[in-house]
Amino acid sequence: MTDHAVSPDDRSELELLSFRVGEQEYSVDIMSVREIRGWTRATPLPHSEPFVRGVINLRGAVLPIIDLSCRLGIGATETTERNVIIVVQMEGQSIGLLVDAVSDILSIPRSDLQAPPDMLADAAHSFVRALTVVEGRMLRILDLHSVYPQREGNAA
Amino acid sequence: MSDPMAEIRASFFIECEELLEALQDGLAAMDGGDTDAETINICFRAVHSMKGGAGAFGLESLVRFAHRYETVMDEIRAGRLAPDRDAMMLFFRAADVLSDIVRTSRDGEHIDEAEVESVLGQLEALAGGAPEEEEEEVADFQPMGLAIDLDGTPELPADAPWTIRFAPHAELFRSGNEPQHLLRALAALGEAQIVCRQDDLPPLDEIEPEAPYLAWEITLDTDKGEEEIREIFDFVDGICTLEVSGGPSGPALPPLPDLSDLPGTIDDGEAPVVPQAEAPVPDGTARRITLSEPAGDTSGDGPGTPLPSAGGEAPEPAGPPAAPPTRSAASADPAGGSGAGGGAGNGEARQSQAAAQTKPTVRVDLERIDRLVNLVGELVINQAMLSQSVQEAGIPSNSPVSQGLEEFMQLTRDIQDSVMMIRAQPVKSLFQRMSRIVREASAAVDKRVRLKTEGEATEVDKTVIERLADPLTHMIRNAVDHGLESGEKRRAAGKSEEGVVTLTAAHRSGRVVIEVADDGGGINRPRVRQIAEEKGLIPEGLSMTDSEIDNLLFMPGFSTASQISDLSGRGVGMDVVRSSIQELGGRITIASEPGVGTTFSISLPLTLAVLDGMVVRAGGETLVVPLGAIVETLSLADEEIRSIGPGRNVLHIRDTFVPLLDLAVELDYRGPLESYDGSVVLLIQQEDGARAALVVDSIEEQRQVVIKGLQDSYGHVPGIAAATILGDGQIALILDPVDLMSNVAGRSRGAVPSLDLAG
Repeated sequence: MTDHAVSPDDRSELELLSFRVGEQEYSVDIMSVREIRGWTRATPLPHSEPFVRGVINLRGAVLPIIDLSCRLGIGATETTERNVIIVVQMEGQSIGLLVDAVSDILSIPRSDLQAPPDMLADAAHSFVRALTVVEGRMLRILDLHSVYPQREGNAA
Repeated sequence: MSDPMAEIRASFFIECEELLEALQDGLAAMDGGDTDAETINICFRAVHSMKGGAGAFGLESLVRFAHRYETVMDEIRAGRLAPDRDAMMLFFRAADVLSDIVRTSRDGEHIDEAEVESVLGQLEALAGGAPEEEEEEVADFQPMGLAIDLDGTPELPADAPWTIRFAPHAELFRSGNEPQHLLRALAALGEAQIVCRQDDLPPLDEIEPEAPYLAWEITLDTDKGEEEIREIFDFVDGICTLEVSGGPSGPALPPLPDLSDLPGTIDDGEAPVVPQAEAPVPDGTARRITLSEPAGDTSGDGPGTPLPSAGGEAPEPAGPPAAPPTRSAASADPAGGSGAGGGAGNGEARQSQAAAQTKPTVRVDLERIDRLVNLVGELVINQAMLSQSVQEAGIPSNSPVSQGLEEFMQLTRDIQDSVMMIRAQPVKSLFQRMSRIVREASAAVDKRVRLKTEGEATEVDKTVIERLADPLTHMIRNAVDHGLESGEKRRAAGKSEEGVVTLTAAHRSGRVVIEVADDGGGINRPRVRQIAEEKGLIPEGLSMTDSEIDNLLFMPGFSTASQISDLSGRGVGMDVVRSSIQELGGRITIASEPGVGTTFSISLPLTLAVLDGMVVRAGGETLVVPLGAIVETLSLADEEIRSIGPGRNVLHIRDTFVPLLDLAVELDYRGPLESYDGSVVLLIQQEDGARAALVVDSIEEQRQVVIKGLQDSYGHVPGIAAATILGDGQIALILDPVDLMSNVAGRSRGAVPSLDLAG
């Protein structure tokens, strides 16, 4: 993965990690991905949003897990051993995204990206940053900021 | 990249903290009757070093204050001033002001000038001189009516010029000094003629670019003494060759008193030399001192040589022994310590002494230590996981694997303890701050109070110390203001007028116990009760035990002082103290005896990184309940449960009713059960005595867990304090019983501050 470690400005192409959530295909900027790991049982957090599956031990760090399918309004994931957690990092914060399976690493020219049409009013709309077409399939690029649960007050 | 100057500056301020601490120590020792010359020297050196550093950073207010302080300290050192009670009080206050100046200089804030000026004025008054400019130090010393009866001290004639030869060594440049500044400072003393000597300058092709070849010869016409001249070279002491000669020709000093009249100088082998060495030089020319090689060069000269300082002691620039002739009497003063004091002024001697006093230490970024602490936490968890797998693999306990693991566990525990020790710091710095609080508080309420401290070396986690300062300050103020009676009342009760507040720290059964005790009148229970009733905090006529009444002090909005004083009693009293202690995972208790005094005890965990907990199961999940909160565990029988409304049950236990909470329901793991018969119950109690019974599925074990904050990764979870990682690698949540109970009790009653274990 270090081969891709170029600063974003230098890249005319966007490298994406694509994965399956429900029957849909999503992707995230590969630069935000820290690691991919198999599913382990998460410790549920009381009084949390339904899409927060709980926390897992990631080499000693407490990592919150978000059920992406539930977050996107597709329905809660029935977890099996085949599920995958994508550990992403943004603004110094790590979270785990529970997805069905990782599909591919793709290089998409930035010019091929399209903004999502404004007309969409479904719940998933705000989670999609851009759209592109890969081999005739629509690929959604996830906006990680909106996926991340709003921090509950108490910054103590 | 950070600014290197800023780093040096920062380390200067860290050094200042240490020096201030040393100063406080020294003062405390002096206050305790230790008038040993070395003790006074420690104080002097601390102030002097601060002055030196502050000068380098252009912190003028600090230099000015430290200079004045140092001057007075010097008077004590020379024995011309007795460190009596008033002087000591002033010294303590001056140390406080000094630490304020250091703090404000560091943070770029503004200091309360009035306070500084007032203390400065008092110091000046103590030194016996009218306010003077700092450069006129000598003049300041003169009116000191030297202890020895001299027949009139002649004035310094200001005619003959001084000849100063100054040759910097390579080290001078390497350490960032600049001869130009020194020369300019010299020129500022009077009329200077500066000639650069290039005698040593080799031909161009032989010049080593970094070697110093130049020397300067300065003819200085000034009314200042040799001391001032040398003081300019204070910071290049030892890294240049400096010769000061000439100056006012030997003033006609009266004959020195007989040596036998000088107690304290005889016992010291070198001391008798001092008066002799300082004897007037007839021709006024041969007074030469080589600063660069203090030991080797000059020690060869026996007594009687016209050296101003004997036995290879380079003169301490600000000290009395190295003095112009008028001040020779000062060194001959009956304070035998002055001779030794002068010797300590030598740069090298000072260093070696300092080295002998302090154990070598390393300054490490707190971040690095925290990282280490975290890693060791991982190690502990990993080791637990490993043991579990070994056990599950069915390996017999006498196999080499199990035995090796056993040793590994032992090592892990040792490492964990050692790492925790790194974060631990003695409470001394905290206690020193408290002595200042006592001084200020006692002055504000006009009571005579002495602070006694015990167990200063007790070590507590750094974070605990930091967060203990505020509650402790409050408690000390309370003790002075409310705890101790007024002087008259104390006399009437047959006590010494001076009240005593005792601050102790000790390790007790895995916790740190800090006690604030006063020898005052004890808690006036009828009065406390009356106030609580008046304020509607308790119903009238309630039967209460003494300790229950004492605990009323912790109720929000309670203040016993009928008059609100400046100091305490603003209504944000002990309840705030208690909640801050609770936030640290601690407990606070009161013991009071009428007429004898009141003691507040704070019991704290040794560290905020590890917690003693009970591992329980609830609704299929594993949870950790802090052991400190659990009063007892019991097994439920159906007949002990009483319903008080839909879904609300209470537990009937020993004639009291305790709300019964199903932990799994409260945490939303599952719905309520049909029957709780046979369930395990943890009886938990808050500091204020509020209790609750928590139903859990089972109790697994009792163990130490490493605390992992949830705040950073997720945020606050109601009823949950933090998380930990168990032996199986799974995360278990650590319960916050206080938060849980207050959530259950309904948010209407006002939120009780949650237990912030994560720190």
